[in-house]
Amino acid sequence: MAGAKKKSKTTKSGVKQGGKAAVSRETLETYYREMLMIRRFEEKAGQMYGMGLIGGFCHLYIGQEAVVTGLQHALEPGDSVITGYRCHAHMLAAGADPRAVMAELTGRADGVSKGKGGSMHMFTPEGGFYGGHGIVGAQAPLGAGFGFANKYRANDRVSVTYFGDGAANQGQVFEAFNMAALWKLPVIFVIENNHYAMGTSVTRSTAIQELCQRGEAFGIPGQQVDGMDVLAVQAASEKAVAQCRADEGPVLLEMMTYRYRGHSMSDPAKYRTREEVSKVRQERDPIEHVRDMLVAAGHADDDSLREVDKAVKAEVNDAAEFAQNNQAPDAAELFTDIMAEA
Amino acid sequence: MPINVLMPALSPTMTEGNIVGWMKKEGDTVSSGDLLCEIETDKATMEIEAVDDGTLGKIVTPDGMENVPVNAVIGVILEEGEDAAALDNWEIPEAVAVEAIEVQIPVAASAAVSAPAATAVAPAPAPAPVAAAPAANPGGRIFASPLARRMAEQSGLNLASITGSGPKGRIVKVDIEAALAGGTAPAATAAPAPAAVPLAAIGPYEDLQTSKMRKVIAQRLQEAKQTVPHFYLTIDCEIDALLKVRKELNGRSDDYKLSVNDFVVRASALSLRKVPECNASWINDGIRQYSGVDISVAVAIDDGLVTPILRNADHKGLAALSEEMKELAGRARAKPMGLMPEEYQGGTFSISNLGMFGIKEFAAIINPPQSMILAVGAGEQRPVVKDGALAVATMMSCTLSVDHRVVDGAAGAKFLGAFKGLIEDPLSMLL
Amino acid sequence: MVELTVREALRDAMAEEMRSDADVFLMGEEVAEYQGAYKVSQGLLEEFGARRVIDTPITEAGFAGIGIGAAMAGLKPIVEFMTFNFAMQAIDQIVNSAAKTNYMSGGLVNVPIVFRGPNGAASRVAAQHSQCYAAWYAHVPGLKVVAPFSAADAKGLLKAAIRDPNPVIFLENEILYGQSFDVPDSADHIVPIGSANVVRPGSDVTITTFSIMVGKALEAAEALAGEGIDAEIIDLRSIRPLDTETIITSVEKTNRLITVEEGWPTAGIGAEISATVTERAFDFLDAPVLRVGGSDVPLPYAANLETLALPQAETIADAARKLCR
Repeated sequence: MAGAKKKSKTTKSGVKQGGKAAVSRETLETYYREMLMIRRFEEKAGQMYGMGLIGGFCHLYIGQEAVVTGLQHALEPGDSVITGYRCHAHMLAAGADPRAVMAELTGRADGVSKGKGGSMHMFTPEGGFYGGHGIVGAQAPLGAGFGFANKYRANDRVSVTYFGDGAANQGQVFEAFNMAALWKLPVIFVIENNHYAMGTSVTRSTAIQELCQRGEAFGIPGQQVDGMDVLAVQAASEKAVAQCRADEGPVLLEMMTYRYRGHSMSDPAKYRTREEVSKVRQERDPIEHVRDMLVAAGHADDDSLREVDKAVKAEVNDAAEFAQNNQAPDAAELFTDIMAEA
Repeated sequence: MPINVLMPALSPTMTEGNIVGWMKKEGDTVSSGDLLCEIETDKATMEIEAVDDGTLGKIVTPDGMENVPVNAVIGVILEEGEDAAALDNWEIPEAVAVEAIEVQIPVAASAAVSAPAATAVAPAPAPAPVAAAPAANPGGRIFASPLARRMAEQSGLNLASITGSGPKGRIVKVDIEAALAGGTAPAATAAPAPAAVPLAAIGPYEDLQTSKMRKVIAQRLQEAKQTVPHFYLTIDCEIDALLKVRKELNGRSDDYKLSVNDFVVRASALSLRKVPECNASWINDGIRQYSGVDISVAVAIDDGLVTPILRNADHKGLAALSEEMKELAGRARAKPMGLMPEEYQGGTFSISNLGMFGIKEFAAIINPPQSMILAVGAGEQRPVVKDGALAVATMMSCTLSVDHRVVDGAAGAKFLGAFKGLIEDPLSMLL
Repeated sequence: MVELTVREALRDAMAEEMRSDADVFLMGEEVAEYQGAYKVSQGLLEEFGARRVIDTPITEAGFAGIGIGAAMAGLKPIVEFMTFNFAMQAIDQIVNSAAKTNYMSGGLVNVPIVFRGPNGAASRVAAQHSQCYAAWYAHVPGLKVVAPFSAADAKGLLKAAIRDPNPVIFLENEILYGQSFDVPDSADHIVPIGSANVVRPGSDVTITTFSIMVGKALEAAEALAGEGIDAEIIDLRSIRPLDTETIITSVEKTNRLITVEEGWPTAGIGAEISATVTERAFDFLDAPVLRVGGSDVPLPYAANLETLALPQAETIADAARKLCR
């Protein structure tokens, strides 16, 4: 495979070409419903964790909904997505059944991984989502591997490889950058920068804080995107996808986002102030943002939105109900799926 | 309907928390994501967010309240359209219990037994290590443990003349000791050996102090096993219907929580009434048949076991039996043991249940002067043949130990038949 | 039968599988233009081109991960490590991403990949380049681990490994690369993973071993035969799954067992076999199981110390004498 020669271009400004006027009512409604679904699902997961129904680690996506929602809408069947352990929302975005996702969280027989994966290890290859990986940064080479497979098969599919600002400091990520650029693999590296690697802020962990510049040494163009604005995310993603499909090599998107909850359920989040969190919630909430657009454009009012909220809640409650009542995996499952059958 | 806000478990190990303070007061509007209150765990102080929209109708656990158990109701949110009147006659519910998933540990499938190294290719349920029992005995090899071989050699015993009692007929230490005690003639070539292998020669040891109870158990059980002519009858009962009925009954009220054993007690009592010749004792060359059915139930306690008695068990319903059993067992396990002698001495029939330990089936020693004891194994899913097809059913094996002086095989079988009928058709024992 | 070196047998296995399956490709350091650091991939670039024979940068974690990702996407990568010592950089990917994904996904995503390369001591390359990883990988459910001795087994097992839908660790040996053996002259020659081979029948003592130590054990057996000790040598070939049936059957016959491996004995393959035999054939043992392994030290550089640290034919013969006395 030939080496790539390209000058990296890093754009720091938020994306403006979201073009609010160009967005249809239907699109906005879809975004609203999908993001709300993620939020309500995660809130329910948090609540069920509190009741002891979900065990182990549980990393919630609340606050970051616009990233996965906007990006998923730039993709087509055959494209693949991979991420770290904060993966419930990616499962939902990829079209996984909320019941099966919730039942995986409660460790039951009809969970997507039959109760053997849990919160951090979920997959839905049907929807192009390949995990759900628990080792910080390990998914970066794996995602590059999906890009490699696309290149090998000469299809024009892309691999979306998510990781966080914490994983951005792992050596494997740079190894993946290097080979992805060297072989011009169709990979969109997405850094979900929620500003905190568990309790360590980007400012305390990272020499150069502009993570979108991380690809420059490899010739990977980077762009910083307002990850709280689903339209900005979608626009930047479409551009990145087009570049990849046109065989121009990997792209790096830094999604500036924020998680409202702790790193995991047992994180009291004392490394930041309450004011910081509530300021983001009040001023930059991704769901409120779309809600405002819907109302301003006259597409929706309190009543119609309440109906959406009700429907979403009903779906989440149904998933929760199912996940609570579903049976535990059969003991015999302990010894299945260790090896794939020939 | 008012929505309960519960004390959350914020880590897998948290069992209770303190209320640091509420950020909302009663009557405040709340929506999803709003901070409701701050709680303190053993590790950290954390904020609780609302998951529902509405009005904070009631604060149950005020600021500063300590040691609030996980899943206890700490507040109530009124849904849109509800007013405070909805809480007028509202009582604080008990902590919401989350039903734990029971784990039954089958002997062969757990990680504890030496896991098969080679399941990589055949990911079938782990073959038990014992599955590889030698089918044949090539070259007439005598199976004896290295220790037994050494002891035999030292005392001049011929291994070929000893029958092994260990796994697969292996000759082990006790067989050599028995041979020595029983005077198995040492082979002619025997070198002068020590009169008996002193136990001390085996390795370092410690003689433990034993309680009076332990001595009584030892004496009574040895006597029972040596003087009562036991025979054993085993029957398999399908308990899926029973489990269903139990679940349904337990779901109806919080006043009782029936165990499988409660059903076993009731079924035993009714069966004794149906087959009275089994409710009897051997008394000086005669049989004494009892008119009352008093059932002793073995309860394991520190350093032994005790058998509290459910008197007139055939006249008591499931809930009553269950409650009485719980109460007796509680006092039996208390320190010091809280049962009066009349509460555990007597009884006309015994039940010993090791199902909770995953024991499939076992045979118990009769508790004299009683003539029968029922040993109850674990309920477990097994393949069964129904109408010529393979099916899965939850089965429970029960073994009846019977004193042949009092009860013959047919009578014992009749008792077990009645018992099985009740267990498999649990509604019939409600009659 | 044709006579081939282990090196040629490995190359032929890869070439045959690449010809018959377009999803199979080879990646690793120096596998293409350099023709393989140990010349195992000689000629493959010429036949299959740079798309399927890919030189990687020196970045083990990265290319192991890329290979695993490609396998999840349905390709069948052969990832060559220049030696398995360097695979420690990638062991997280091998264990956490390759071995566990099928299980964690409830069978939704499998990882058909082969990791191959020389394992164990070569000659005078000292501690960091001389280590046997058989026990490390054998510990992990979800992996298969093979370590052939002969060229015929190298070829047959590598073909089986490439066709396997699971991750396979294929442990080669640099010193064996140049040794010649008879190999069946057929593209259908497959050696199933999980079966051991009794390479020398005997009646007095069973010796289990694998890879280069098979040769040493055979040498020891010759010496022992002259002294009236008839040793049965089992070439394990597969470390995980282990062919316990063959081992047990042999122990039931000989009643004595010696395990031989180049790696450290602590928590090693011999320890595993010893435990298995104690559990399953206790009554057939006439003597304690003996483990012969490398000395419990980092491998030294000095020629004499290196020889002392590694099991030799004489070490094995000595153990047998002790056991059969």
